[in-house]
Amino acid sequence: MRGITKRYPGVVANDQIDLDVRPGEIHALLGENGAGKSTLMNILYGLAAPDAGEIRLGGKPVTIDGPADAIARGISMVHQHFMLVPVLSIAENILLGEEPMANPVFLDRAAAHSRIRALGHTFGFDVDPELKVGSLSVGWQQRVEILKALYRNANILVLDEPTAVLTPQETTEIFSVLRRLAQEGTSIIFISHKLYEVLEIADRITVIRRGRVVGSRTPSETTEDELAAMMVGRGVQLVVERGESHPGEPMLQVDELHVGDDKGREVVHGLSVEVRRGEIFGIAGVVGNGQDELVEALVGLRRPLGGRVRLDGRDITGMSPRRLHRMGIAVVPADRHRFGLVLSFPITDNCVLNDYAEPPYARGMVRSEEAIRERAREAVSAFDIRTHSIDAVAGTLSGGNQQKLVVAREFEGNLRLLILDQPTRGLDVGSIEFIHRQAIAKRDDGTAILLVSAELDEVLELSDRVGVMYRGRMVAVVDARSANREDIGLLMATGGKTDVIADAAEAAP
Amino acid sequence: MTEPDRTPAAGRTSGRAWRGRIPSPGGIVRIALIPVASVVAGLLVGGVIMLLSSLATGGFNIALPLVAYSSLFTAAFGSINGIFFTLISATPLILGGLAVGIGFKAGLFNIGAQGQYLIGALGAAGVGAAVSGAPAVAAIPVALLAGAACGAAWGFIPGALKAWTGAHEVVTTIMLNFIASAVIAYLVTGPLLAPGASFAQTGPVGNAELPILFGSQGHLGVLIALAAVPATWWLLWKSTLGFEIRTVGANPDAARYAGMRPAVITILTLSLCGMLAGLAGAGQILGITHFMQASYGTAIGFDSISVALIGRAHPVGILFGALLFGAMRAGSGLMQISAGVPSEIIDVIQASILLFLAADVLVRRLLRVRRAEGVELEELQTVSRTYGGTH
Repeated sequence: MRGITKRYPGVVANDQIDLDVRPGEIHALLGENGAGKSTLMNILYGLAAPDAGEIRLGGKPVTIDGPADAIARGISMVHQHFMLVPVLSIAENILLGEEPMANPVFLDRAAAHSRIRALGHTFGFDVDPELKVGSLSVGWQQRVEILKALYRNANILVLDEPTAVLTPQETTEIFSVLRRLAQEGTSIIFISHKLYEVLEIADRITVIRRGRVVGSRTPSETTEDELAAMMVGRGVQLVVERGESHPGEPMLQVDELHVGDDKGREVVHGLSVEVRRGEIFGIAGVVGNGQDELVEALVGLRRPLGGRVRLDGRDITGMSPRRLHRMGIAVVPADRHRFGLVLSFPITDNCVLNDYAEPPYARGMVRSEEAIRERAREAVSAFDIRTHSIDAVAGTLSGGNQQKLVVAREFEGNLRLLILDQPTRGLDVGSIEFIHRQAIAKRDDGTAILLVSAELDEVLELSDRVGVMYRGRMVAVVDARSANREDIGLLMATGGKTDVIADAAEAAP
Repeated sequence: MTEPDRTPAAGRTSGRAWRGRIPSPGGIVRIALIPVASVVAGLLVGGVIMLLSSLATGGFNIALPLVAYSSLFTAAFGSINGIFFTLISATPLILGGLAVGIGFKAGLFNIGAQGQYLIGALGAAGVGAAVSGAPAVAAIPVALLAGAACGAAWGFIPGALKAWTGAHEVVTTIMLNFIASAVIAYLVTGPLLAPGASFAQTGPVGNAELPILFGSQGHLGVLIALAAVPATWWLLWKSTLGFEIRTVGANPDAARYAGMRPAVITILTLSLCGMLAGLAGAGQILGITHFMQASYGTAIGFDSISVALIGRAHPVGILFGALLFGAMRAGSGLMQISAGVPSEIIDVIQASILLFLAADVLVRRLLRVRRAEGVELEELQTVSRTYGGTH
């Protein structure tokens, strides 16, 4: 691709981008959200027409006229959100749109099945073509997407953030599939903003920032720090200096808390934890070990089955979310689209989602528009939310800016306890750094912070103390600065039936 | 979950929120495009059917639709009396449309405006007959409030059922519509039957009759309906309760996290919807019929759903939608006389409009409007979501 330029009203999404991908190469495309990666790939896949520039395939200039044309030319794309029909089998999903006919009426199932099996074998996995896609794990669904591309004889495969939804183990497996694909001569364009992954899998890395190529590197000649700086355009501290904390009195005291899930099963079993003023307590754990239910119990959305929660010495067990909010508990929820924002509302309304009925945002039952707008203006400038207007609808902001909006709202005021649930999931490095800095500033103001994250690195880098949650229990509490990453990983995976617990318990204050 | 790159066409909603503020001219075009196009398409379908039926009856006249529509328009807007009649016909539809529209804002599909209207009418008729001898200053507000309160109670029931048991309002409100008709039949033939009446009907409301302010039938209820438009707008966009209603409608999970109580809001909203629909029924009884028959039949509550959809669940849009439907009702008589087109064609047109609104994809394709360019029809999402969707 040479000199690709694409303008949208108000933005140049791609500005003179050159990208060449060699046969059998894994080429990573790295950039922040909104840098122009997806636009470039949409052009390659025929979903958008470039305003300038040309695409050459095997040396010949081509015009790609829609996805069907792209597929016919051997270009396939695996979207971040899979395009699979859950009620159909693996084979049916793969054949969809390109059904091999045994005769004018019936599909040639047998031939299709054997070809799919053979394809799977080539790349090191056994496929049962008759399994329903809906019953597959996310990692397997992704393989089906890749098989779909291979079945169509793709020689250029575009993967848009393929690891975003995978567990680390699934990621390793998919990487080995990709390596074999590359050995067979397929070119792979791998879009990501996870630096360590890119360094692990790619043969070459091209970094895009604000629609321009800022450089190309091979993994051996670069580092995570350099790549991050290229993406963001300045030096980024991948690990924010957290400094010394000065923990004070206990702020949150959870004693023997039992919480059930939506089906009434107990998923938090007598958990106790204490978070002090001016410290960040991190909860590490594989997703689904009761963290969501714990957080919901702490903010009043879920009535505990037993146990006690105290805030600043006062019993707050079972209080309503509104009351807890007024007492100074704030939460950045794990899923900003579902819990944190109303995407169809403007920034202004989202800024006062909790406080809309409090002065100065309302007098009696009447909303005070000007006070709300003032709050939104402050939030936008203090938290560097990139938008053309405070009346912009939250759904039109990029992910990083949406999260900053949630953070701006929840960090406001004198808080006693701040709960950060997966605060940086899916964000680019610049936004992560910003949010981490804000959290540390809040800690240094004396707020007690409870951090829940599935990213072990985030927990270890940001917290003062770390607790490991496993099957609804806190299996260990350790000092984050001296904690051993591997030990914690083991505790997360097994709950720790070994000596680790003893060591960890000693380290706990 | 990670975020897709932000491309300009990626937004599911328009870039600016228009609802609370006065939109720009371009914004108005965007908002009104689909409803206006649907109305035009509905009129075209009506015209084609007029031609086809004239073909069948032998009096084929290519200009027939034009003749019919111009006489309809003249009848509805051509004279001061015509305009009065249009306004009076639109009155219950304004209140009923608001009753459905507020529900949409809270993410609720209130099919029960019909039943709420009927029970409101019954309450006003029953109480009105009871206080028919009292001075008008007391009788009128008491009877009106009775209608509003009965409608509100009829809305409270599905609200409470939904909040406490999760029973879906689409199912419960439809069932309550039937129950409302049955309750009327029972009460009007029994306890509320006018003494000495030869038909099954309630006694006259006497002093509770609404005063006539203009024309021959321009009763006080017309003003109440017109006042309800800005009042609803204020409630939805300027009050904290309206903010809660809209938040619960747009994202109930986020509303819970923000400390709102969706269950309470659901009950309140459906009660409010019932109150407005009940007020519509009360206005018709106290302002026009002055008593209620056991066989009282109407389609106001169902037409209100169309009105709310044409109005995109916005009070101002609902006002226009109600005026449109009111004008059709008001003008259909003259149309039948001067063009020889049966007034039932109005039902065909109204049904076609609703079809085009519901099939907005079709209209968008005809107009070559992409979803991202127009404003998302949230109220339609509520309709489709509440019909046993996966949400």
